Amino acid sequence: MTKPRLSRTEALGRSLTWLCGGALALNMLLVVALLGLLVVNGGAYFWQRDLVQVSLDDGRRLLGEVHERGTVSGTEVTDPAELPTRIQLKVGNRDLTGTDFLWILDTAIESTESPVEAMVLERLEWGNFYGFPHELRAGDEVLARGGELLPALRALHAEKVRLREEMKGIEKGAIGDVNFRIERQRLAQRRLELEAPPAAELERRLAEIARRTEPLQAEYDELAGRLIELRQQLFRETLVMEAADGTEKAIPVGAIVRFLQPNEMGVWDKTALYASRLWEFAADDPRESNTEGGIFPAIFGTVMMVFLMSFAVVPLGVLAALYLREYAKQGPLVRMVRIAVNNLAGVPSIVFGVFGLGFFVYLIGGTIDQLFYPEALPTPTFGTGGILWGALTLALLTVPVVIVATEEGLAAVPRIMREGSLALGATKWETTWKVVVPAAAPGILTGMILAMARAAGEVAPLMIVGMVKLAPALPIDGHFPFVHLERKFMHLGFHIYDVGFQSPNVEATKPLVFATALLLILVVTAMNLVAIAIRNHLRGKYAGSAV
Amino acid sequence: MTDPNVTTTGDTELQGDTVDGSALMGAAGAVTTPQDADAALDPGIEDPILTIENLSLWYGDTIALKEISMGIPARQITAFIGPSGCGKSTLLRCINRLNDLIDSVRITGDIRFEDGSIYDPAVDINLLRKRIGMVFQKSNPFPKSIYENIAYGLRIQGVNRKSVLDDAVEKSLRNAALWDEVKDRLSDTALGLSGGQQQRLCIARAIAVEPDVVLFDEPCSALDPIATAKIEELMQGLKSQYTQIIVTHNMQQASRVSDLTAFLYLGELVEYGATDQLFIKPRKQQTEDYITGRFG
Repeated sequence: MTKPRLSRTEALGRSLTWLCGGALALNMLLVVALLGLLVVNGGAYFWQRDLVQVSLDDGRRLLGEVHERGTVSGTEVTDPAELPTRIQLKVGNRDLTGTDFLWILDTAIESTESPVEAMVLERLEWGNFYGFPHELRAGDEVLARGGELLPALRALHAEKVRLREEMKGIEKGAIGDVNFRIERQRLAQRRLELEAPPAAELERRLAEIARRTEPLQAEYDELAGRLIELRQQLFRETLVMEAADGTEKAIPVGAIVRFLQPNEMGVWDKTALYASRLWEFAADDPRESNTEGGIFPAIFGTVMMVFLMSFAVVPLGVLAALYLREYAKQGPLVRMVRIAVNNLAGVPSIVFGVFGLGFFVYLIGGTIDQLFYPEALPTPTFGTGGILWGALTLALLTVPVVIVATEEGLAAVPRIMREGSLALGATKWETTWKVVVPAAAPGILTGMILAMARAAGEVAPLMIVGMVKLAPALPIDGHFPFVHLERKFMHLGFHIYDVGFQSPNVEATKPLVFATALLLILVVTAMNLVAIAIRNHLRGKYAGSAV
Repeated sequence: MTDPNVTTTGDTELQGDTVDGSALMGAAGAVTTPQDADAALDPGIEDPILTIENLSLWYGDTIALKEISMGIPARQITAFIGPSGCGKSTLLRCINRLNDLIDSVRITGDIRFEDGSIYDPAVDINLLRKRIGMVFQKSNPFPKSIYENIAYGLRIQGVNRKSVLDDAVEKSLRNAALWDEVKDRLSDTALGLSGGQQQRLCIARAIAVEPDVVLFDEPCSALDPIATAKIEELMQGLKSQYTQIIVTHNMQQASRVSDLTAFLYLGELVEYGATDQLFIKPRKQQTEDYITGRFG
């Protein structure tokens, strides 16, 4: 018995099927590997490791978390098994030692232990502190020590957290408000000076402005005084910590974000801590030049910029595609325009950035400033990078995607549907707008999805049209007109670059690169899911046997 | 060509449903005498609503219609039959000027609708199409709800009063014998209807704007026999209100629904006459060959 042999074409067909399947599998593997890398490296950052205390052969004692293990590569040793191994210890205490991380050769370690009372403090400044709690003090007076220390610390810390919230409320709320109103009076005064009315009237109106500014200034002074008072209160009590080498350090309780004794914590506690840190990462402002704290402003900036961009790019791209497909006489000229539009997508994105800077920021923004904000000059309002200009620049960058997708959507609308509308006496415009565009809506949304994904990940052009490392305020807040399109903004893509390559503490922020990248992917995915849900809804609405 | 308005006394009877074929034929027994050639093209219609005069049409350099002249009677069903590519759909699409959309089309001759030429530059083409509605070969509901499909024609005329639209939608759907099937789901997408329902929806949509003429371009070619029967029944019901022209390559359908039938072949009008007479005793050899299935 012989097996039936495959014919040549059949064999070729089978091998090609395998080739295609293999290509897909390879792609999937890359995607999964990338996501896995981000999840593992970024996710581990928020997990609290146990603290170890190591004694070295030179007599030093160190307390910290083991971050990495590895081998020392050297030229003398040829057998990899003989390479000396080492551990990377996060020892914190930057204010005492100047470094956060140390590499230690395993051969130099004499003993390792996990003391249960070892404590890690997350601080507002200077990073983590690793040590043993000693006593709680107010000035020279000892408040608690020994067994009473922890409960007292817990109560005091909760109070300080409330105090910090109050201070934040004053800083961002009341003082922000007063500052905003004082600034308005200053601008009013400047505007008046530019207007240059007759001397008597100028005098009168300046006095009016001064009269209005005065209570504001008083209010400001009062709030500032209150803040100073609160700050003193915040720093009144200190926690005295003993580092592993015996050095004592007094740390104000108000400057502590969290205090933990990880060696005593169970898995459940650590999981709760993990969730809390994850939330802080997503919802808080960054601290310590972006090496700690959260990245909320960057998430907000990214999402808002992408939304603004969509608002700009969809009408622009759809109208252009409508003309190109429905109205323009098809011929060599239209073909050339189409090719040119497609090739726009190949222009390096930084070129769009330069164009945005020259055209939007300097030309349009500068003109807007001269016409509408002369009183603020020489400080530019719109004549400098801002979220609006960033969004418009990216809209230019992504418009080819929308045009191409919309054109395909329009081309897929059957001619008979247009004729049906025309035969009812509709004009070409009515037919296009009421029948063709709704029928092509899923295609248009596909274009929008692609454009949004492209824009959310774009960094280079934004660096020169308004993206910053640290924005002082969100582009949306409680001050009229509530949406401030001229403001600079933070962006997740730039944040990755910043914490990864521009940070003063690269070792500490390395995991943040992965975590931020993961978050960026999540944000893009979330926005796309919304768009896809809308598209499917439309498809469901229009789906049927005919199309 | 004879003027369609000039008729003989005997021929006027043609417009009735009960026509004796022999009376039309007169004494002529042979199929190709010159007098018959004229009679074969002229069923003698009094006061036609549409008059096609020496209409020729080219797609680029290819001629698709050659010197066609005929009158279409009001409130009757006229069928255009002929083999594929004979120009019957093209002729139909000339009547609501849908061929204007094709760049390479060139037309000579004229079509007169009521008093004026439809090719007069002063004619508002959108107004013309409101008065001459059309139902297509493939049902083409818009990607909208059933209600909005019917209301579409009225909305583009600027009618937006809910009560007016509601009445028009119900009336049109009732006339199209679709009301009972869809009255509970007017806000559902029209694309969820069956093929036959979609086609009746398209008819309802066409009559919602109250046109004078409705053109049917092979309306049943994609439908099963039951759906086809419904459409045919519907056409009979609409006869008292609308002038209907149907293009079909189904000869049984033409003989079932139409009062007059025109046979086109290779862009020429070969024979035009009362349906009963044309199918029972055609005057032209070509017509006979076609209806007996020798070609086509």
